[in-house]
Amino acid sequence: MLGSGILKGLSETARNFIGSYFEKDRLTTVQFPEERLPVMENARVFPFLVYDGPDPEAGLRCVSCQICEKECPPKCITIEKSKDKKPDAVGKPQFYPAVFNIDISVCMSCQICVEVCPFEAIKMDTAFELSTTDRYGGLLMKKQQLYRSNEYYNEIHPTEAHAVDAAFAEARAAAELKTKQAAEARAAKPIAEVQRTTEN
Amino acid sequence: MPENAAVKVDQVFVLLKHAILHSIPPPLSPLVSAILSVVPILLVFPLLFAITTVLERKGLGRIQNRLGPNRTGPFGFLQPMADGIKSLTKEDIVPRDADHLVHLCAPILIVIASFLGFAVIPIGRNMVAANLDSGLLYFFSIGALMEVAVFMAGWSSKSKYSLLGAMRAIAQMISYEMPLVLSSVVVIMAAGSLSTVDIVAAQSGYTGIFPHWYVFTPWGIAGFILFMIAACAEANRSPFDLPEGESEIIAGYYIEYSGFKFALFFLGEYLGMFASSGLAITLFLGGWTAPLSFLTWIPSYLWFFLKLLALICGFIWVRGTMPRLRMDQLMNFAWKFMLPMALINIVVAGAWHFMPPGLIRWVVLSVVLAASWALFGRGISQKVRYAARTYRYAT
Repeated sequence: MLGSGILKGLSETARNFIGSYFEKDRLTTVQFPEERLPVMENARVFPFLVYDGPDPEAGLRCVSCQICEKECPPKCITIEKSKDKKPDAVGKPQFYPAVFNIDISVCMSCQICVEVCPFEAIKMDTAFELSTTDRYGGLLMKKQQLYRSNEYYNEIHPTEAHAVDAAFAEARAAAELKTKQAAEARAAKPIAEVQRTTEN
Repeated sequence: MPENAAVKVDQVFVLLKHAILHSIPPPLSPLVSAILSVVPILLVFPLLFAITTVLERKGLGRIQNRLGPNRTGPFGFLQPMADGIKSLTKEDIVPRDADHLVHLCAPILIVIASFLGFAVIPIGRNMVAANLDSGLLYFFSIGALMEVAVFMAGWSSKSKYSLLGAMRAIAQMISYEMPLVLSSVVVIMAAGSLSTVDIVAAQSGYTGIFPHWYVFTPWGIAGFILFMIAACAEANRSPFDLPEGESEIIAGYYIEYSGFKFALFFLGEYLGMFASSGLAITLFLGGWTAPLSFLTWIPSYLWFFLKLLALICGFIWVRGTMPRLRMDQLMNFAWKFMLPMALINIVVAGAWHFMPPGLIRWVVLSVVLAASWALFGRGISQKVRYAARTYRYAT
């Protein structure tokens, strides 16, 4: 009969209404600023620059290769290469960014910069409370504002960061082995011979 | 003595008005009397509107297993203030091609029209702004003014969505005006008067402890249900909210309204809902009379507002339950179900008058109404199978 479905629906909503006062687990919403859901590991908001060790300037992984700047679809990254070189994460002397700006009002969080970076230097952050009263200057992130330690990266994306760290350890060990072998070889050969080979 | 005190509390506003009228010079008294009748209506019902918006948001939240607004003030009850400040400070945008004068008049007219309806609704014993002999007629004609306001809004905005919304609203309001009026005809037949005060007086007796409300008769309960459904459609409330269907025509006839004009539309809609609920109370629920004879010591205006709040909660409950109807379902429901049911209800009310009192007329007339409900309900709930559509020109 007409109306039976309506009565069924009304009883369902009445159950919800009364139940929400007595059964706390019915309420699916979270009172945001006070209560927070844990941020998902795969969450991504805006990019940051990773550094190793205590000093961000010395330990910055970025070598200013500018691939991310070229690949960025909305062109929100600005990089200026340095004149001098400093050792990178593996120990090779490399350039570093004198200027590294990301305009997060332009960034579309696509993660392409992260995908293309060969040095594991740029990663996606999970911090999302970035509102500011200055919509031009406040949303243009300077190099200093983009520095995040490797520990922080390990904290927000543990799985990914462990893989990156393992790869780096391997690369560093390989580089060390190479230098060691080279030193041994150098020690084994007489100096004159070495000089001759270099001249050739 | 306590009897007397209860009467004094009941009549406190009436006595206050008389005291004020006696203390001013006689030539001014008609004007002051009018102001004293109108100002409380202008204060109380917008306040009720504010309370209703927060109740509605909290109630809908709970129905959907959410908390609803709980930040502004204790338990979020200052939310309407925040909403009011927001809508007052918002930019008022008028489309460039709009008819500016009509665009401005529409929200004002809708609020005026919905306020005018309260003039004939008795809020308490001896508390009615205008006791018109043709009060019901006046109420329905003022209600029709809202349709004009809605169409003014839709037409003047010069937007296809607002025009579509206005056309839907007009079609819906005119279709449901018919069952609205016809379902209240039964009360006019029983009370023998068009005056709302007389209608309440006709229901104010008690048998034992039970009141003589019209809702406690077969035609009364049917009339009440039909009236509430039609009032819901008149007020453009869910499930009859297609004129402002957010997901299809993005707010319908008030799409081009912003800021305070939008708030006025909102106010007008809610006031219209209160007015038709108030009329339903007057017609079927005994107006300001107490539901049980030993509760008459509670002031009459409190009973009126309690009943009004109960009906508003019913509206909120229905809104939280039902999805929006489709246009053809809406029209089918009005013309194939509501209208014949209202007509049969009039016949039943006439038969009730001529049958001898007792259980037999109760049973017979209830069966007649239930049977016609089932019959017409079957008619509209049958699924129509349309033939597969063939496109002649598209390949």
